[in-house]
Amino acid sequence: MKKKKLNLRVLLTYGILAAVCVLVFVLIETGVASRQFKSLVVPLCVNMMLALSLNLIVGFLGELTLGHAGFMSVGAYAGCLLSVYLEGTMPMALRLPLVMLFGGLVAALFGLVIGIPVLRLKGDYLAIVTLAFGEIIRSIILNLDFTGGAAGINNVPRDIYRGSNYLIAFVLVFITLIVITNLVYSKQGRAITAIRDNRIAAESIGINITYYKLLAFVIAAFFAGVAGVLYGHNIGQLDANKFDYNRSIEILVIVVLGGMGSIPGSLIAAGLITVIPEVLRTFSDYRLLVYAIVLIAVMIINASPRMQALRARFSVRRLWKLIRGRRRKKEA
Amino acid sequence: MSFISNLIGGLSLGSIYALIALGYTMVYGIAKMLNFAHGDIIMVGAFTIFTAASSLGGNPFVAILCGLVTCVILGVLTEKIAYKPLRGSSPLAVLITAIGVSYFLQSVALLIFGSTQRPFPKLFSLSPIRIGKDLVIKGESIVTLGVTLVIMAGIMLLINKTKIGKAMLAVSEDKGAAQLMGVNVNRTISITFAIGSALAAVAGLFYGLTYNFIGPYTGSMPGIKAFVAAVFGGIGSIPGAMIGGILLGVIENLSKGYISTELSDGIVFAVLILVLLIKPTGLLGKKIAEKV
Repeated sequence: MKKKKLNLRVLLTYGILAAVCVLVFVLIETGVASRQFKSLVVPLCVNMMLALSLNLIVGFLGELTLGHAGFMSVGAYAGCLLSVYLEGTMPMALRLPLVMLFGGLVAALFGLVIGIPVLRLKGDYLAIVTLAFGEIIRSIILNLDFTGGAAGINNVPRDIYRGSNYLIAFVLVFITLIVITNLVYSKQGRAITAIRDNRIAAESIGINITYYKLLAFVIAAFFAGVAGVLYGHNIGQLDANKFDYNRSIEILVIVVLGGMGSIPGSLIAAGLITVIPEVLRTFSDYRLLVYAIVLIAVMIINASPRMQALRARFSVRRLWKLIRGRRRKKEA
Repeated sequence: MSFISNLIGGLSLGSIYALIALGYTMVYGIAKMLNFAHGDIIMVGAFTIFTAASSLGGNPFVAILCGLVTCVILGVLTEKIAYKPLRGSSPLAVLITAIGVSYFLQSVALLIFGSTQRPFPKLFSLSPIRIGKDLVIKGESIVTLGVTLVIMAGIMLLINKTKIGKAMLAVSEDKGAAQLMGVNVNRTISITFAIGSALAAVAGLFYGLTYNFIGPYTGSMPGIKAFVAAVFGGIGSIPGAMIGGILLGVIENLSKGYISTELSDGIVFAVLILVLLIKPTGLLGKKIAEKV
């Protein structure tokens, strides 16, 4: 067996994402894209990063967490505060990577500190405890002085303000994508999926459960933190109430909609969830209603056992086989 | 004296949480799903009572009956339309669908009533009770507490003494085996949703009476708190939901009174984390042995 087999699926994901990025670049630079479209690019990238990192926990580790927005807010506040402090002392090209790394690391540290006690719990208990941590983080940020309290921070440097430097966001999405796919297809990633599939069997062949759970949790927290810094520099201001459990749920919706454990799925669903509400703006008042109905309908069509049986009967692959089978009969 | 009035306020708030948590825990026990839309049923109940009270004349009991019936129908319908097709698929898919239902109810309420908070009608004129010189207890608190205790006793009797209660217990333990024994699983699940939604309507009534204002997002925070209460007491356990709800309300009210209003939510969640770290399945949750 070849030692390094090129994974076609992964390459295809990279390729399509790169093509989409180039397309967006061309559309924006030639002035075809509307302002509304341009303003969506960075939020879309933020959602992609959040979904990819949450997918590591929900899809590959198989644990449900509802506190992802908490890590995002920690990272956002840490990175943006450092950015405010450092503004003017060094060029943007140096400061931005530095604050992103800092925001990510602080979020990862929180992930470690919260993860050690919390990852002993399972299932719905883990879900509610992570939700609780997210809410605690929010209420602490709202009550601290240096985070600006309820007023938030309003003087975040406008490096990527309203998508003016959207290429940075593309680079970050690619870094996240490459790190997470490489992790998933590595020895560590296989250990993580082994824990998801059968914890006891994984433990019996010598996989250190606590270590790998923490690893996934910390890496996911890191990227959520970086996504938070990106978000802060795009909006130019931070408000802790934007990072409540509804935000965590929104990220979870993206991951589940895209398919748990599917990396291209997360990317596509992030696109849909970011773009659909904007497209539905024409419905104005009915926007939320349509969104809710679409969400319920997609879940039922996607996940209900009866629909899955129906889809298996009429799938493209089966039709293709049928046609091919007939052709073979004719040839014979 | 302020301690006692804070305590009673907490008990009454806690009994609202307990009513919602009961619905959560019963549905969880029987359908093994986290019904995130449960909080919004409270909002629907409160708005129905609000509308009925203002349009059908002043009779409070007619209004409450309208709220109960609407919530029961809504609960059973959402189960039939949104959750039943997903029976047997992954729990996360059901969770996301429940979130979709929650968004749906919120947006319908937003379309009908707008985003401004509406004043909840004063259905009963209850005079506060004075004991001694400075101990004042709100009439609503006493009514909430009393009605909740009666409902809890009723639910316990229903679960433990009646045939439908036994059917519920059987379905929650093993759906397949219950069906083989002749239990109508679909009907049992519908009845559980109906009871849970009726409890949510009662909770909506008391929420409105206590806080005086209702809006489209009224249900979401009490819903989350009740979810916390259900997990706190051990999800799936009915006495656990009652104890969890009441404890949560007392802790919240006491920390509002003595520590800080802004931090009270944080304190509630911190207590939950502490309890779960010491007792990972909640106060009264069953420990399930893992078989290899």
